[in-house]
Amino acid sequence: MPRGFSDFVMNFHFDPLLLAIATPLAVAVAIMLGLPKRHSIRLAYVGFGVPALIALWCWANFPADAGVKYAFFNRYSTGLDGLGITLALGLNGISMPLFVLAGLVGLAAGLYAIQSTAERLKIYLMLLLIMQAGLMGVFASVDVFFFYFFHELALIPTFIMVGIWGGRDRNYAAMKMTIYLTVGAMLSLIGLIAIYVKSGASGQTFDLIMLREALAADPIGVTTQKHIFGLLMFGFGILVSLWPFHTWAPLGYGAAPSSAAMLHAGVLKKFGLYGLIQIALPLLPEGAKHWAHLLALLALGNVLVVGLITIAQRDLKQMLGYSSVMHMGYAFLGIASFSVLGVGGVVLLMVAHGLSVALLFLLATSVQQRAQTLDMTQMGGLASKTPVLAAFFAAATLASIGLPGFANFWGELTIFVALWHYSAWMTVAAVAGVVISAVYGLRSVASVFFGPPTAALEEVTAAHPVTDLSWREKIPALILLTALLVVGFWPKSISTPLDSTLGASFRMLDAPRLSAGR
Amino acid sequence: MPIQLLQQAAAANEWLAITPELMLALLALLLLVLELVLPRQLHTLIPATAIVAQIVIALGLAFNFDSAFTGPGTAFNGLLRLTADGQFLRLFFLVCSIFVCLLGTVCLAKQRMPRVEFYHLVLIITAAMMLLAQSNHFVLFFVALETVTVGFYILVSYFRESPLSLEAGLKYLVMGALSSSILLFGIVLLYGAAGNQALPGGSPNSMNFDQLRIFLTDNPGNFLASAGIVLVLAGVAFKIGAVPFQIWIPDVYQGAPTPVTAFLAVASKAAGFAVLLILTQRVFAPYQGLVIPVLSVMAAATILFGNLAALTQHNVKRLIGLSGVSHAGYLMIGVIAAYHEPHAIGAIWFYLSAYLLASFAVFGVMAHVAGPNDADQELDHYADLARDQPFLAAVLAIGLGSLAGIPPLAGFMGKLLIFVSAFKAGLYPLLAVAIAGVVISIYYYFGWIKAAFFPAWRPTDAGLPQAAVPARTPVNLGVRIALTVLAVTSVLLGFYQGAFGQWILTR
Repeated sequence: MPRGFSDFVMNFHFDPLLLAIATPLAVAVAIMLGLPKRHSIRLAYVGFGVPALIALWCWANFPADAGVKYAFFNRYSTGLDGLGITLALGLNGISMPLFVLAGLVGLAAGLYAIQSTAERLKIYLMLLLIMQAGLMGVFASVDVFFFYFFHELALIPTFIMVGIWGGRDRNYAAMKMTIYLTVGAMLSLIGLIAIYVKSGASGQTFDLIMLREALAADPIGVTTQKHIFGLLMFGFGILVSLWPFHTWAPLGYGAAPSSAAMLHAGVLKKFGLYGLIQIALPLLPEGAKHWAHLLALLALGNVLVVGLITIAQRDLKQMLGYSSVMHMGYAFLGIASFSVLGVGGVVLLMVAHGLSVALLFLLATSVQQRAQTLDMTQMGGLASKTPVLAAFFAAATLASIGLPGFANFWGELTIFVALWHYSAWMTVAAVAGVVISAVYGLRSVASVFFGPPTAALEEVTAAHPVTDLSWREKIPALILLTALLVVGFWPKSISTPLDSTLGASFRMLDAPRLSAGR
Repeated sequence: MPIQLLQQAAAANEWLAITPELMLALLALLLLVLELVLPRQLHTLIPATAIVAQIVIALGLAFNFDSAFTGPGTAFNGLLRLTADGQFLRLFFLVCSIFVCLLGTVCLAKQRMPRVEFYHLVLIITAAMMLLAQSNHFVLFFVALETVTVGFYILVSYFRESPLSLEAGLKYLVMGALSSSILLFGIVLLYGAAGNQALPGGSPNSMNFDQLRIFLTDNPGNFLASAGIVLVLAGVAFKIGAVPFQIWIPDVYQGAPTPVTAFLAVASKAAGFAVLLILTQRVFAPYQGLVIPVLSVMAAATILFGNLAALTQHNVKRLIGLSGVSHAGYLMIGVIAAYHEPHAIGAIWFYLSAYLLASFAVFGVMAHVAGPNDADQELDHYADLARDQPFLAAVLAIGLGSLAGIPPLAGFMGKLLIFVSAFKAGLYPLLAVAIAGVVISIYYYFGWIKAAFFPAWRPTDAGLPQAAVPARTPVNLGVRIALTVLAVTSVLLGFYQGAFGQWILTR
């Protein structure tokens, strides 16, 4: 039953998910109210640490046989129960891995931001904390309204951070990102409203559990499903940088300050894919079938066209931006393959990609601080001066290519297997993408860290002696790398609950189970 | 009215039904008396008196929200109909008036002007708006409307030493007179048509909304009545600034003193929508076939015009005026949706409340950034506001974000509720236009936030001319509290609607 505010105060009990959202928000408010800088930073550790700890706790305590049920479920009334809007929080097998991802990347981004030399650090941390609260909320929300709401809460600080602390072209990048992402968000909002309005006569609701039940009993008409799925596909697609609506991403990530790029590329961008998997596919299966082929073709555009563009990049951050766009292509292919296996692979890939791209953005900023440039043709030979940085960077690059042992491998592999059942030639094309990412990935490692240093770099290093990664940079990097390896060597920790939820909630049960044979 | 009717009204205690309006009128008179009585150095107490007294009236009204007078019946022999919506609007106008008075204390301090008349006029206009929103008869409707409009003629040209303010006043006068005459002509046509007792439902009392509705129900497709309805809608469209009656908005908004601009933007627009809802949903409901297409075309044109015209503005007063035009368009979608979806009226009230909070937050910041020349408020003047006055910048960002409809702010909930109603009513083309409008609006709202937050480029060479930025007014405690309340409420209403949310769903 929905519970009012007074109820909430009266019968307070421990709700980890609400705490994970409220802690960063509370810290942000405290900083906004004018806390001195020293205390702000201390408190920021709490603001980033608590959600991460809660996420790990939820991971450890997640019931293995959850099925469609939500664990840690709680519901609060916000005054619009009559409209079917309540703040419902819970985790299922699909959202739990992403919740953990948000917690870990948030912690790493927060730690990296605290040690950075950003001007007006307090406001920077405040915005990051708001973003962190939004991210935890997105994946903890069971209510479609709050799912969208928390996404926007996380999105707005991104624009401001790009505009104030951004690098080259920040004004243009901030404006372009804002407009593209608003278009995407608006399209998906209309799609979500459409699901709400069409969800049947028995009282409309935004609650995902009730929506599932209502639509399982009485599905939306096929034509309407096609329209709604189209809206959601393009709306979410723009948010996830589906080709050819991807141009905001490399520009934005190139200009964004490191922690904002880590959180956005690593976590927030997964919102669109998560929405497709958690909401669009189970509720609109007929619509999804109709659009799957077009989606797959556009996704191949992501993999091949953007992949080739990535090879041509000279700017390290732009290259990472393009490569993250390219990897989203695999995720879309997994969704288009329309099977439990493929969708499960997408969730694995989302976690893996989120960790690896966040790590790469973090390291790229560390490289930039040492080389005073992002132009890869102006670097070289950094490995001899910064071996630890080079090792981290090489490991992150190999992870993002999909080397076995890292989490990305499992995601890509399962997607390729699922895709093979869908279309053989597409699988061949997609596997060719791995070669492309190996080309630009290894080339970037080579040109930044190996070979003789360029004259420009010699000048810079003579003026500013280069030191290796400090512990304050190493710790966030280690958090991300450890998570990549843990998931890489023990994918069952994610795939078992995932499998239990996907198998129970998806109607296309014809496909093989994800954990089979592992 | 004959004297017996007045006596009846007095005997039935009907005067109690309009206590808030009477109290406001008395307060307005009291202010003038205080100006005569108080010594000059105590004149600063007069605005404070006005504000405190209005807060007391507003609290009294809030505690008596479920008044015994609200209900299906009418008061004053059918002149007034007191409803829950009317109670809400009374509170709404009072809150507007409180904030306008507060902004007045900030802006008038920069001018050499008589002060007290300003507050007097604001109170009179507020009382008239309250009556307007509860009118049930074209005579009261027109008298209240003209009281509002005449009051605004004076307020718009209040800074009489500023040529732009005078120009704005003249423009408002000419356009207002034109629209009033159109409205009056429409009323006359309706009165003439419905007063014809040869037709079914014709009645000598045909200015009464209930009688008029009976006539319209009995005579579908009457040409005179149709023409009258269109003309009356045109007159109301002038008040809310809907295309094609929006052309006065940028000039008048720019020239008028900032508090008056805020008053026009929020209260006058809300009054227009209150009237539009009464007319379209109750009185003209039998002529839906005529009203819906007229309103739909106007709504689409209003959204597109407002947003596209605002794109190129550099003067923030013109910008907010034109963005207000687009808000009128979104609200009109709600009015159309209300024919099929009763929740839409609640959605309109929520939207207007969010709009009130956000607009006064933005106008509050504008009042502090503006220099002595009130009409000259450029986007460039906001450079480095975030660095120099972070409080004002934060309030501005929340206000603009809410106007743009960005979660987690109240403006988003308003838009969501309107869009959901429109979706349920099946207004897909209008919804598409609205979405396009929202996307366009992001550009100029974000541009404004950019001007205040992002580091601005300045010529560093001393030889180059520096852009002249007027000195910013420091924020005093009372205004700081008010702005904080506006900003916090804007955020809070975005995710916790509480009792207010329940009221708008069940009203």
